[in-house]
Amino acid sequence: MQVLNGFVLRRPASIAEAAALLADPGARALAGGTDLLANLRHGLDRPATLVDLTGLAGLDKLDWADTGVAIGAIVTVARLARDPRVIAELPALAQAARSIAGPGHRSAATVGGNLCLDTRCVYYNQSEAWRRSNGYCLKREGDVCHVAPQGTRCHAAYSGDLAPVLLALDAQAEIASPAGGRRSPLGELYRDDGAQHLTLGRGEFVIAVHVPAPAPGVRMAYRKSRPRGAIDFPLAGVAVALAASDGRIESLRVALSGTNTHPRLLEGTGELAGQAIDNALFARLGKLVQKQVSPMRTTVTPANYRRQVASALAQRLVKELAGVS
Amino acid sequence: MKRIVSLTVNGRRREDAVADDLLLIDYLRELAGLTGTKRGCDGGECGACTMLLDGEPALACLTLAARCEGRQIETIESLAANGRLNRLQQAFHEKLGTQCGYCTPGMIMAAEGLLRREPHPSEAEIREALSGNLCRCTGYVKIIESVQAASGDAS
Repeated sequence: MQVLNGFVLRRPASIAEAAALLADPGARALAGGTDLLANLRHGLDRPATLVDLTGLAGLDKLDWADTGVAIGAIVTVARLARDPRVIAELPALAQAARSIAGPGHRSAATVGGNLCLDTRCVYYNQSEAWRRSNGYCLKREGDVCHVAPQGTRCHAAYSGDLAPVLLALDAQAEIASPAGGRRSPLGELYRDDGAQHLTLGRGEFVIAVHVPAPAPGVRMAYRKSRPRGAIDFPLAGVAVALAASDGRIESLRVALSGTNTHPRLLEGTGELAGQAIDNALFARLGKLVQKQVSPMRTTVTPANYRRQVASALAQRLVKELAGVS
Repeated sequence: MKRIVSLTVNGRRREDAVADDLLLIDYLRELAGLTGTKRGCDGGECGACTMLLDGEPALACLTLAARCEGRQIETIESLAANGRLNRLQQAFHEKLGTQCGYCTPGMIMAAEGLLRREPHPSEAEIREALSGNLCRCTGYVKIIESVQAASGDAS
């Protein structure tokens, strides 16, 4: 039985050893494997080595402090979805975790793996035979992006569900590297390129994500649209963190997934502070979303539908969180 | 590369030399001879290979056998004791939760994981627990009724 490509599995005992192993160009980080192994089965990569991060001590913790929580990269999505304190204090994160794939995936899938999820496209997530018959594509082995054949870039969509929530909550990513480590705003983990959407260098991998404690009064939610109610990736996923009083916005952060090559924090929501929460505000918010998302024909659903649904979800979540009917 | 892995399958300790790139579904079906765990898709989309890994429903088609050192695996073959069907198997039989039968092992193992954690699940909890399992005969209502019957909560 040979469905995978004959890689060597390495199980490092320390972060430094893992970083050294991952410095090899043929090495890939393996956590839960629910994204990577499915992609390897489709021949989307042929790594010489898989570096298993799930044995690393200390990366499986939720460390709570007054200032916030540090979530280890190999905490499973199932645990995040069920953790009583996550549900109580960061409900949008629990909602997003619970919406990922199916229960059989969530028991293995990890926070770090979901943050680093490969981008997806209807021309990419296909079997070797399918892609070969179509001349492959720009993201893998081919020269043409079938979504935008005139262009020179890959439009595969980032489809992780945790990243938009963590962006809306202003989280930071802690990254290990052969040179030591660094910590940066989560948004800097990504770049606007479907073929190379992570900014991680050789040997680098995410070891934790730090979520600051939300300011008092902040309410949050995550919701996604998808063809069926489980397993499917988001056509559009929207996270909202809102503080409001007396019917006016105090602070609003919105982030999106599934609509661009990277998870996107909506710009311009700062200017909505102080605005009355009414139909004029929803129209402004809807326009901001429609202008900043750039869904392409990477799913079987039309791009314009995803643009509309992203806008509608953002408006609906703000309405619900503000208690406006 | 191959390595020796010792693990527990359906209550029995096993030790096997497995290749690093061997998937657990192939280990179970080809090496252990347990063909109850079904292969239904290209990887992670259908739930037919759902089994319990340390008591939690997981997908054998997205699990590397080499990473199962010291772990407990339970497949559909472990449920019947002394030739008697377990409560879920009996309920799927009586309530017609099985049509062609291909998704049934995965459905039952996903439901088994649920009932161990939550002996009296609501319909919504049953639907969520089975949300990763596809039935192409589309007999979902009978499947949910079967799980309800197994939990003693059938109407």
